[in-house]
Amino acid sequence: MHKPNVQLSEKGKLKHFLTIDGFNRTLLTEILDTAESFTGVFERTVKKIPLLRGKVICNLFFENSTRTQTTFEVAAKRLSADVLNLNISTSATAKGETLLDTLRNLEAMHVDMFVVRHADSGAAHFIARHAAPHVSVINAGDGRHAHPTQAMLDMFTIRRHKGEFTGLRVAIVGDILHSRVARSQILALNTLGTSEVRVIAPRTLLPAACRTLGVHVYHDLERGIREVDVVIMLRLQKERMQGALLPSEHEYFQLYGLTEDRLQAAKKDAIVMHPGPIKRGVEMDSLTADGPRSVILQQVSFGIAVRMAVMSMALGSQGVAR
Amino acid sequence: MSDNKVYLKAEAIGGLIDEMTQALKSRLELLQISNPVMIGVHAGGVWLAQRLHDRLQIAEPLGSLDISFYRDDFTRIGMNPQVKPSQIPFSVDDRHIVLVDDVLQTGRTIRAAMNEIFDYGRPASILLATLVERSGRELPIQPGVVGIRPPLNLEQHITLTGPEPLELVIGESKQNAGDNSD
Repeated sequence: MHKPNVQLSEKGKLKHFLTIDGFNRTLLTEILDTAESFTGVFERTVKKIPLLRGKVICNLFFENSTRTQTTFEVAAKRLSADVLNLNISTSATAKGETLLDTLRNLEAMHVDMFVVRHADSGAAHFIARHAAPHVSVINAGDGRHAHPTQAMLDMFTIRRHKGEFTGLRVAIVGDILHSRVARSQILALNTLGTSEVRVIAPRTLLPAACRTLGVHVYHDLERGIREVDVVIMLRLQKERMQGALLPSEHEYFQLYGLTEDRLQAAKKDAIVMHPGPIKRGVEMDSLTADGPRSVILQQVSFGIAVRMAVMSMALGSQGVAR
Repeated sequence: MSDNKVYLKAEAIGGLIDEMTQALKSRLELLQISNPVMIGVHAGGVWLAQRLHDRLQIAEPLGSLDISFYRDDFTRIGMNPQVKPSQIPFSVDDRHIVLVDDVLQTGRTIRAAMNEIFDYGRPASILLATLVERSGRELPIQPGVVGIRPPLNLEQHITLTGPEPLELVIGESKQNAGDNSD
């Protein structure tokens, strides 16, 4: 440990959740266990617990994402927190000073937590560094860098279906280059002790230093998913693509689109995941997306429990830190 | 640091549980409740409730509550990573509930437990049964059935250890550190 992890309080409790990087297996497992205990709340008449009553959580979205914002909002409300939703388009905000000013103004409204989504890598870190000491920050996706709660809900989904991570073979398919989700997933999978993590993508959609992430690289879908337990499909992030990285969506589907037929190569009980939104007929066909092995909608439900866990752990550590 | 002494051993506690069973029976009869359900508060309350549930031959399975999500000191002590999900395997609506805990001291645990029960539905009534009732109440909460009332001062804390064998342990501590007996 050469430098202190800004994500932890002085007592080593979760304070900010910005990236999977720097967290050990114990803490990631604690997040999954805490999320597990929240799932019982959804089966009750009153789907709400008073844990964060009186706390104010601000969804600070500089980049649109209806699904992510909604699940954060539902999670906060299930914990009885008050939620402010702020959608600030990046074009309207000059960076640096203005972001700080926005922050100061919101702090003056007694916000206890910021959930930040931003097109620039490092935006959530920036806010965490400059926020008042009692404020927690959760990264809900920053540029190409990280999307740690998405990765943790994926880990939760895998653990629910497969139990232990040791012995598992997991394949991540698609646009690894632009995917903050993939980066966070690979870190989380390796930290939790997954036996083999594979990435499957055309050369143009792989980062240059891919192998240093601790993955096996495949360029052929059918070879890559052979005998895997989990197939994670990624979204093609066309909005982030400049120039000709892809010949056409049609050709991409021919080579990398997941179909029931191709899925035969994976283990019989393999599960298929996707962070959404899915482009049917590009990343996978409808039969697979709605098929018996797809757990895509479960990922959304589990996302609420995981976000409840991260929020309550971060805000619960405030008192402990002092 | 505290110096722990065993106050009651398993056999004596078994005797208390028998007495509580009888007291509960006559109490329920008096209230004309023929079909109660039972909920134990994690962890000591559940150990005790399992024994009472067996002896009273209650038809519905035992419910258990982990009140961590309802604690009023959450922002001071933070998240307990070992929260067990609460399990109420029956509808609480219009049911008569026997709520079981090991030690009643401040009453805050019972307040939290009742809050949680009401998030599952609207029970007809709640009757509180505790193995130990002791001084230190901070809320107007009254047990219906009690196993024993040991005379303790506020520096002393009493804890049920278990699940096998059950023992009541008394410790002395200056700050009530680690005291779970509320």
